[in-house]
Amino acid sequence: MASSLNTELTTLLKAMDVRVYRQQIIASNIANADTPNYKARDVAFQDALAEALAPQSPVVQAVALQTSSPLHFAGKSGGGDRYGTLKYRTEKQSSADGNTVDMDVERAQMADNSLQYETLLQFVNNRLSSMRTAISANS
Amino acid sequence: MSLSNVFQVSSSAMSAQAMRLNAVASNLANVDSVTSSNGQPYRAKQVVFSATPMGDQGDASQGVAVLGVVESAAPLRKNYDPSSPFADTDGYVSMSNVDPVEEMVNMISASRSYQTNVEVMNAAKQMMTKTLQIGQ
Repeated sequence: MASSLNTELTTLLKAMDVRVYRQQIIASNIANADTPNYKARDVAFQDALAEALAPQSPVVQAVALQTSSPLHFAGKSGGGDRYGTLKYRTEKQSSADGNTVDMDVERAQMADNSLQYETLLQFVNNRLSSMRTAISANS
Repeated sequence: MSLSNVFQVSSSAMSAQAMRLNAVASNLANVDSVTSSNGQPYRAKQVVFSATPMGDQGDASQGVAVLGVVESAAPLRKNYDPSSPFADTDGYVSMSNVDPVEEMVNMISASRSYQTNVEVMNAAKQMMTKTLQIGQ
């Protein structure tokens, strides 16, 4: 039982990490809406999540540990492309300065992404509260 | 927490847009300036933006850096005013090359971009606040 709760939470937390990662990309796109020659980027959520859940993927949020003895654990350092390949967005209207950020698309994606993140948070909270109900059922 | 990268990215964009707005203010203020601190007529100033990686996420989080301020090479406006001490032999005074229409467009664009970045920041803040309430 405990392990199944753990597995489910891990999946949800990884999905949240991918959402946060994507929020960063969208924030970068919006920040660079006026930068000449900036190309808007994004990841495909499905691929990113698949990569984040893959067993060989490095531990999310991992940091490299300082070691002073060969017996110490080295820890896992966070890699670069942990959540799938960054792709370029297809532009719908070209602009004179070579920038491909479409503000409407980015705004819509940002709203969608943060809503999806909050949905995941709700799932986590629900999971935790049912666990709390389970452990306090007899009292 | 990589959500804090969003704050870095958005705040860099906000300060870049504020700088652009500052340049617009200087340009509009000096639209009728005949001379400037270097003795030459005032030339319109533009800021140059560049995407720069921020935080530890490489290409995924790109902030905005201001590379510098460039002066417009547009020809100076000539005004016929023989009584001015700055008039040339033909009686023309070289005025600043600021185009007020262009500056107004720049102003609107800069303030809209600034507002959008504030919204991005608020969205990230809301996400963080909700995350802190997990399990409550």
